[in-house]
Amino acid sequence: MPILKTLQDLTLLRNNVRQTMAADLNTGTAIYVGMGTCGIAAGARQTMEAIQAELEKRRIDARVSAVGCIGMCVKEPLVDIQQGGGSHVLYANIRPDMVGRLIEEHVINGRPVRQWVICRIPAEQAAEV
Amino acid sequence: MLAGASADRIQLVVCCGTGCAGAGQAICAALEAQVKRQGLEAAAEVMPGPCRGMCQMAPTVAVLPDGLLYCRVRAEDAAEIVSQTLGEGRAVRRLLYQEPAEIQSLPTWKELPFFSKQVRIALHNCGFVDPEQINDYIARDGYRALGKVLTEMTPESVIKEMKDSGLRGRGGAGFLTGLKWELCRKAAGDVKYVVCNADEGDPGAFMDRSILESDPHSVVEGMAIAAYAIGARQGFIYCREEYPLAISRLQAAIEDAREYGLLGENILGSGFCFDIALKEGAGAFVCGEETALIASIEGRRGEPRPRPPFPAVSGLWGRPTNINNVKSYAMTPQIIRKGAKWFSSIGSPKSPGTAIFALTGKINNTGLIEVPMGIPLGDIIFDIGGGVPRGKHFKAVQTGGPLGGCLPAQSLNTPVDFDSLQEAGAVMGSGGMIVVDDDTCMVEFAKYFLQFAAAESCGKCIPCRVGGQRLLEALQRITEGKGSRKDMAIIREVSQHMMNTSLCGLGQRTPGPVLAALRFFEEEFRTHIDDGICAAGQCKPLVRARCINTCPAGVDTPAYLAMIAQGRYAEGLEIHRERNPFALICGRACPAFCESKCRRGELDDPIAIRLVKRFMADHEMSRPWTPPPLGTPQEREAASKKKVAVVGSGPAGLTAALRLAQYGYKVTVFEKLSVPGGHDELVDPPVPPAARAAAGGDRQRASGGCPDSLRQGPWAGLLAG
Repeated sequence: MPILKTLQDLTLLRNNVRQTMAADLNTGTAIYVGMGTCGIAAGARQTMEAIQAELEKRRIDARVSAVGCIGMCVKEPLVDIQQGGGSHVLYANIRPDMVGRLIEEHVINGRPVRQWVICRIPAEQAAEV
Repeated sequence: MLAGASADRIQLVVCCGTGCAGAGQAICAALEAQVKRQGLEAAAEVMPGPCRGMCQMAPTVAVLPDGLLYCRVRAEDAAEIVSQTLGEGRAVRRLLYQEPAEIQSLPTWKELPFFSKQVRIALHNCGFVDPEQINDYIARDGYRALGKVLTEMTPESVIKEMKDSGLRGRGGAGFLTGLKWELCRKAAGDVKYVVCNADEGDPGAFMDRSILESDPHSVVEGMAIAAYAIGARQGFIYCREEYPLAISRLQAAIEDAREYGLLGENILGSGFCFDIALKEGAGAFVCGEETALIASIEGRRGEPRPRPPFPAVSGLWGRPTNINNVKSYAMTPQIIRKGAKWFSSIGSPKSPGTAIFALTGKINNTGLIEVPMGIPLGDIIFDIGGGVPRGKHFKAVQTGGPLGGCLPAQSLNTPVDFDSLQEAGAVMGSGGMIVVDDDTCMVEFAKYFLQFAAAESCGKCIPCRVGGQRLLEALQRITEGKGSRKDMAIIREVSQHMMNTSLCGLGQRTPGPVLAALRFFEEEFRTHIDDGICAAGQCKPLVRARCINTCPAGVDTPAYLAMIAQGRYAEGLEIHRERNPFALICGRACPAFCESKCRRGELDDPIAIRLVKRFMADHEMSRPWTPPPLGTPQEREAASKKKVAVVGSGPAGLTAALRLAQYGYKVTVFEKLSVPGGHDELVDPPVPPAARAAAGGDRQRASGGCPDSLRQGPWAGLLAG
C-alpha cells in the first residue's frame, strides 16, 4: 500500500476507491453479511459460506463482504443484498437452507423474498457519511 | 468482481455467463463491429464478462470505469451504445438499469420505528463497511477529520471545538470530553498518552464491542485526533481479552493505518507522530476504572488508587494521560468533520449528541441502538425496542449495568440523558439497558447484580470488600424467606457507608441496584420478608412451581394436571379441592393466572390449564361429589348443636361454609346480592348462563354437607362441583 504523504493523497485515494467501488456496485450484485460476534454466534459464518457456495455453483460473480453489526441483533444472521448500486434490501434470520431461494429469487430474478425482508435502505441514505 | 479496468481505455463488458452465453456472444460481436466501424478501437475494448446476477435484466453490458449498466441489450442496440457512450460520452438512458418496482415498494428503514427514532453518529458505518478493509472506511470520508485537524487546526482549536460540541464522556460519568483534553494538554510534561477504555465488562452490554468490531478505524482516528490535541505520540487501547474478534479487527485496523502512514511518523506530512498499542485486559471488571486500568497497562495489579491526582495530571507511568471510552473516540471524527454546532444541535442542551444503548432482556428487538439524548425512556423500550414479548407487562429497566439502577414503569417518561436519569434514580452508565417483565423478582434481580459487583471487588478497600458481602448476605436471607425488617435497615446503612467511603466507582456504586430496587419496589421486599411470598415466582426457596405460586388459592396445579394426564380425574379433583373446592366454576370463570406463569409458555404456548381443569371437573357431573365428613363423630356431634352464619357468598365465604358444614356445623350463608357467588359470579365477563346451568343442573345438586341456605339455588351445583 502506498504511504499517504499529504491530505491530497488521502483525497485522491478516497476518490479512486469510491470510483472503483461505484463501478463495481453499479454494474453487479453486492451481498453484505453481518459478521459481528452477534451475527457469527447466530450462524452468519455458515450463512456466508452457503452464499459463497451457491454463487460458485451458479457461477455468479458477486461481491460478498463481511460487515459489522447494524444493530438488529435479534434478526441475525442479517443479509443485505444490493444490485446495480440501488437499495440495500435487508433480510432477517437467514439460515444456510434459505440461501438457495434468496439467490434464485432476488439475485437472479430481481424479486425480493418479501416474507424475509426487514426493510430497504435507499442507496443514498446508506452512503450518507 | 470485474477485472481491473485499464484507465486509458473504456471497457464494454458483456455478460456471457451460462444463461447469457448465446445472446452475449452476439452482442459482443455487434459491439466489436460497431467499435471498429466507428473507428474507436483505440478508445475502447469489448470483452465478455461473468454473470453478475440480475439475470432478469440480461443480457447486460457494463461500461467501465464509469460504472454504467445497460440492461436487456439487443444486438441492434450496439450502434447506439457505441456512438453515444463512447463517441459522445453520454449514457443511453433508455437502457440504463432501473430498480425494479418490487424493490422500490418495500418499506424503507425510516418507516420502521427501530430505525426511524435513531440518529446514528458513532454507529453510522456499522453494518455498511467491511471492518477489515481500510478502503471501505476511507471511501466514507474516513481519516478526513484527522486530515482536517492536522492541516487546518491547532491543538487548541481542536479542544475548543470539542468543548463547544458539549460531548460528555460516554463511559458513563459524563465529564466534558473537551475539558478533559484541555486539562491533559495543560498538564506539565512532554510525554503524554491517550488511552482508549475498551474494558467493557457489564453483563448485558456490548456497545463498545460492536463499534470495535464494526468500525474499528473510527476509534483509531478519534484517538489520533485526541493525541494531536493533547500533544501525545503514543496511545493504548485497553480491550478485554474476552473480545477476540474486536481485538483482531482492531489489530488489523492499526496495521492498515500504519501501512497508509495514518499512524506512525509524520502523519500526512504534518510532522505529527502517533502510534497505538493494544493491551489485552485479563477480564477484571475493576480494570474499567481508569486508575486500575492504568495500573494494568503498566503491568501491575489492576487496583484503583485514590484520586487526585487525576490521570490527566499523572496517569500512565506518572505522565499526563487522557482516558476516554470507545464511544467518545468514535464520535470525535464526526464532530470534527461536521462541526461542534451540528453535534450540539442533536440531543438535549445539557447532554448534546446521541446515546448508544445495548437493549437486552425481555424486549422484542434486542440489539444496539443510537438515539438522540433526551428521548423518553418509553420510546426506546416500546417504539425502538418493540415492547415486552409474549404479552407480558413491563416491570422495570436497569440502566447503567451492575452499578446502575432500575427504573419502574412510572419513570417511562423520563428523558434519557445524564442528568435526568440521575434525578430519576438511575444512572446513564456506559449504555447497557436490561428490560424485565413481571416474571422477574426485583429482589432477585438486585441480588444478581450485587453478586456480580461483589465478586468483582478487587478487595483493596474495606467498604467495598466487606460491604458488598454484607449486602449480599442480607439479600440472600430475604430471597430465602429468612429475612427480617432489620435486613432492610442493614442494606440502607451499609449502602450509605459504601457510597461515602469506597475508594473507586465500583465500591461507591455497588449498592446502586439494590437501593434503586428498594426505592421503587419496597413492597416486594416486604412481602418476601413478612409473608414469605415471592409474587414473581423467582425465589426458589419460596416457590414450588410458578403456577402454584401465582394461584390465589395456591392449588397444586402440576399434581392435578399429572392426574388428568393419567385419566385419574377423581384423584385430580381431590387434589384441587384441598385448596379450592370449586373446580367446576374455576374451570370456567378463573382468570387463570397459572397459565400466564406457565413455564411451557416460554417455549411456545402455555398449557391450557383452565380448560383441562374444566374437562376434569365435568367428568364428575354424572357422579356428583359428596363432601365427606371431617373430624371425629364426637366432634361433629358437638358441632351440630351450633349454628354458624357466614356473611358473604364469595369463594371464601362458600369455602368456609362448606368446610364448617363438613365438620358438622349448621351453616347459613348471608348474601346482600340476589345471587350468590361473589367475585366468581360478578367477574367480568360474567359466567355464561349456559355454564351456570350446566354446573347447576339437577344431577349436580349437592347433598350432605352443603349449606342448607344455598341448597336449592343454582349455586348448589357449582358448590358441589
